[in-house]
Amino acid sequence: MTLTHVVWLTVALPLAGFLANGALALWRPQAKGLVSVLGPGTLLGAFAVAVGVFLELWREPPHAPIIVTLWPWLPVDRLQVDLAFQVDQLSVVMLLIVTGVGSLIHLFSVGYMREDPGYARYFSYLNLFIVFMLVLVLGSSFPVMFIGWEGVGLCSYLLIGFWFSEKANADAGKKAFIMNRIGDFGFLVAMFYIWRTFGSLDFVYVSEHAASMLPAGGAIVTAITLFLFLGCTGKSAQIPLYTWLPDAMAGPTPVSALIHAATMVTAGVYLVARTNVLFALAPVSSIVVAGIGALTALFAATIGLRQYDIKKVLAYSTVSQLGYMFLGVGTGAYASGIFHLATHAFFKALLFLGSGSVIHAMHHAYHATHSHDDAQDMRNMGGLRRYMPWTFGLMLVATLAIAGIPPFSGFFSKDEILAAAFARGAEMPVFYLFYGMGVLAALLTAFYMARLMAMTFLGENRTGEKERGHLHEAPWIMTGPLVVLGALSLVGGVLNLPHLVGGHAALERWLEPVMEPALSLRQLVMPEGSTEYLLVGAAVAIGALGLFLGFRATLARPIPTARQAPPDTGFALVLNSKYFVDELYDTVIVRPLVWLSRVVLWKGVDQGVVDGVGVNGAAWASRLAGGGLRLLQTGQVGIYVVLFLVGAIWILRAVIR
Amino acid sequence: MILGPALGLSAILFSLGVAGVLLRRNAIILFMCVELMLNAVNLTFVALAQLYGASGQIMVFFVMTVAAAEAAVGLAIILAIFRHKQTVDLQNINLLRG
Repeated sequence: MTLTHVVWLTVALPLAGFLANGALALWRPQAKGLVSVLGPGTLLGAFAVAVGVFLELWREPPHAPIIVTLWPWLPVDRLQVDLAFQVDQLSVVMLLIVTGVGSLIHLFSVGYMREDPGYARYFSYLNLFIVFMLVLVLGSSFPVMFIGWEGVGLCSYLLIGFWFSEKANADAGKKAFIMNRIGDFGFLVAMFYIWRTFGSLDFVYVSEHAASMLPAGGAIVTAITLFLFLGCTGKSAQIPLYTWLPDAMAGPTPVSALIHAATMVTAGVYLVARTNVLFALAPVSSIVVAGIGALTALFAATIGLRQYDIKKVLAYSTVSQLGYMFLGVGTGAYASGIFHLATHAFFKALLFLGSGSVIHAMHHAYHATHSHDDAQDMRNMGGLRRYMPWTFGLMLVATLAIAGIPPFSGFFSKDEILAAAFARGAEMPVFYLFYGMGVLAALLTAFYMARLMAMTFLGENRTGEKERGHLHEAPWIMTGPLVVLGALSLVGGVLNLPHLVGGHAALERWLEPVMEPALSLRQLVMPEGSTEYLLVGAAVAIGALGLFLGFRATLARPIPTARQAPPDTGFALVLNSKYFVDELYDTVIVRPLVWLSRVVLWKGVDQGVVDGVGVNGAAWASRLAGGGLRLLQTGQVGIYVVLFLVGAIWILRAVIR
Repeated sequence: MILGPALGLSAILFSLGVAGVLLRRNAIILFMCVELMLNAVNLTFVALAQLYGASGQIMVFFVMTVAAAEAAVGLAIILAIFRHKQTVDLQNINLLRG
């Protein structure tokens, strides 16, 4: 009996936490001490199990995935789906990220949410999220993964609308849910296709038989992968379904860090990496994945340039970085995509939690003076480094990481993806275009992050005379997780240190057994020698240039506070309004749909046809028939007898004959 | 063998009964006509029992029992109607008209 065979403990522990916290939320909401122990405690336990499982795999790396079957779930004729977990090199990496970063964010939440009346409810949702996220990454078949896929969507909805008494928050939750439904439709259709093609939904079976059962580049595999990718665009906020993620910032900030940056939104990248064989068999789909990724990376980065809400900048940054991951997996550099997923989980969680600290301080300051200014608007911040030195220093680390400055973690992962895209360009020139878009997005990334840091921490403080005295650093329970994440953002690059700097690409080797089927189908020759030096040099130069321009442009002029600022005009307004994409969707899709539902379906079909012809028509017909028949019911016994006799004679005649 | 005359008599009695039920309006008379029809059937049963065995005879007892029960219930109903309406003329009793 090894730890790997009880991997379900990682799911069971947060599940127990969810049940306990849920019970407390219902009956003892004031028992915050117990919740503070149960919420993060169960997750730390899960993390410990995850580390144990990892160490077992480390000692003896398995060649085939280890399947831990719990019970048969859907035994229907030929369709046999077990509730089973798959432990292999890929899922254990995700297991560590989810439980590790999750634990840190749980600890941070203890400080951040301490004064919230829904404390126990918050932790029960957070625990439940971890349960579903682990089912998602551990599931050994598409349907089991789909349970997690839907479950994290549910928890995302619950947590975005956590402060549901504000209509905007509840609406944001609904938007996230509905956008994700569109993606889930794609996932479902892909599952049906896979079932019809393979007669099995297990990952192991599909990846073993895909190459022999499906012709490379065929219509079926292309359709399957495109539908799967539709699911990814919903869950991982890619064009065209990305608009829910910025709105999802309505939830508490640790939720944004956990669900909408580090874990759930990366599920799409994980899905592509998990089904790498299928994508390797469908070059067209891979180009679509890489293209959408590159486009999203660039598009979201431009919007991030002109946002004032600190969390909105980070949200668009997340969309943009997810685009990089898809560029990576679409290029065929699956390990690089997962590598960026991991480093992004570190530095983006750090950025979100740091912004949480800032918002926490700002909120307290405004609360103390009963001001109604926006605690998340960066125009109201400025100069915070004097009040929150720890937060400033740690967020600076994350900024350098995301901007791709060596030796911070983001440099290695982003550089690998761009280099892979460049390398693929030799074979398909369109990837040179994707590479260019990625480089441009990297420039913009560095720029908007420098702008964020400058507006928040540098320059003069703009919070207000009275409020200034109330600004303070967050308690240790909040800065502690930040320090850990800061260390990870700093040294995360060692996970997959390239040969260029004397490393062994450890993560890539580690993931090789999982990615091998795809890599053998679709080889990727990474650039070496002078080309590699050139690419790295260009990437660093771009990042440094972006940071320099960002700091200079932001600090050049004094920044007016949110109240005094003139409204944006011209292209700045277009960027600030997110290219009016929400308005476009509203005009092109939502309004016609509402019109169709109201005028045609409700007034026309429902009230006119169903109610008018169907319901009322049936009533009218029976009334007419009844009105005719009641003439027979005279109440005169004599007439009844005559009729009876006629009937009796008629029957007699029939019988005798 | 008097089968033929017996069946003939039975037919005549039955027809009288039917005619009475159809033509008369007094509930008591109507009731008596129903009894007449029942007894016509009884006569048929008894007459045919000569050919087909005792089951016809047994059937007669059932019919007589039913007729007795029916007389009790029926007369009670007629009495109740009379108390209510001061008449037993069926022309005036049409509460169930649709």
